[in-house]
Amino acid sequence: MNIQEFIQKVEHEFDQINPGSLTPESKIRDYFEWDSINALVFIALVNVEYDVEINADDLQQSETVTDLYQIIENRKNSVA
Amino acid sequence: MGLFSIANCRIAGASACVPVNVVNNADYEYLAPSEREMLIKTTGVAHRRVADATTTSADLALQSAQHLMQSMQWNASDIDLLVLVTQTGDYLMPATSRLLQHRLGCPKHCITLDVNSGCSGFVDGLAVASALVSSACFKKALLLTAEIPSRYASPTDKSTFPLFGDAAAAVALTSDKDAAPLFFNLQTDGSAYEAIMIPDGGMRSPVHPVDSFRLNTFAPGIERNRLQLALDGIKVFNFSLREVAPNIRDLFSFAGKELTDADHYVFHQANMLIIDSVRKKLGLEKELFPISIDRYGNTSSASIPLTMVSELSHELSSKKQQLLFSGFGVGLAWGSCLAETSHIFVPELLEV
Repeated sequence: MNIQEFIQKVEHEFDQINPGSLTPESKIRDYFEWDSINALVFIALVNVEYDVEINADDLQQSETVTDLYQIIENRKNSVA
Repeated sequence: MGLFSIANCRIAGASACVPVNVVNNADYEYLAPSEREMLIKTTGVAHRRVADATTTSADLALQSAQHLMQSMQWNASDIDLLVLVTQTGDYLMPATSRLLQHRLGCPKHCITLDVNSGCSGFVDGLAVASALVSSACFKKALLLTAEIPSRYASPTDKSTFPLFGDAAAAVALTSDKDAAPLFFNLQTDGSAYEAIMIPDGGMRSPVHPVDSFRLNTFAPGIERNRLQLALDGIKVFNFSLREVAPNIRDLFSFAGKELTDADHYVFHQANMLIIDSVRKKLGLEKELFPISIDRYGNTSSASIPLTMVSELSHELSSKKQQLLFSGFGVGLAWGSCLAETSHIFVPELLEV
């Protein structure tokens, strides 16, 4: 897995993000709020694609796309 | 281990009934129109059925049971066992199945039991009822599920109110030594009991004249009192993604079957995102998962038999079917069942 691939999956899942607009440094809250629906859609995406569980605190504490990606990578590695 | 099989019990018929009153979530004025659209797209709940204020779980269960008995030409006097799954019984006590014995006209030797279970309730109830049918060789038994969740959801709580619909269902069971075994995998994690609950009104926290009725705000758009349903969406969602797929895989391997051996995977209609995500984790095709949540919402323990009746009546009544049932939620509890049916009675969905 790599961060570009992760970005593509996120852009594909969320209609409100224009393809090609997200970068690793992008601030997530510039694109959307973590309301309950967005949070569930993102959690589902990560769980199905990477088999990693994300919780509400993870979302609250992540500022950038890289922050989120890092959580996934760390958990993925700790399981493997 | 929650893995076991039950022999000598056959599923002979299934019926379901929903209130005639349709509520359209596109009209849910508490949310902005764009938010409504997003909610419908993600949860899958476009419409749902809501019972009028005087209708109870027993009323819906009765209609569904009579509808099924009529189509099968079963007499109430022959019913040996009534198991009712509900979390919205008519009274705190007695159990609602007791009232149904009388209202259906079942004999006094008819055994009646309520099972307090929700999302996993159909599978739980089927385990209890089939075990009794099998060991006591009951000729005729009814498994009923009836839920009126619309009555305990707060209209100002977007995390519950637009999701739930009211419904009841009935399944006929008979003792039959040639029946294929029913395979079950039932599991529980009571440590997370607070993830879906109604906090007040029981003995732990009895109704308080002021505190129980006070409206509390938990987040924007999530406002309810302590007598209304509280649902921790993210927690329940993560629980479902973690537990349901392994539970089903274990069941198939216990039954000596391949994961792909079922003709249909009838899931509790929790919400579309959960059903789809678990399906993807199992690597199964969309077409194998009948869906009714778009028209009836999450009807708790009634959702699996309701989906059988509304989506699979042709297949169930005309051929042999290998079915996987999976329910998961309040408790937290989750369970699955692998059942074979052949030419069962499925009267048309009843609207009352």
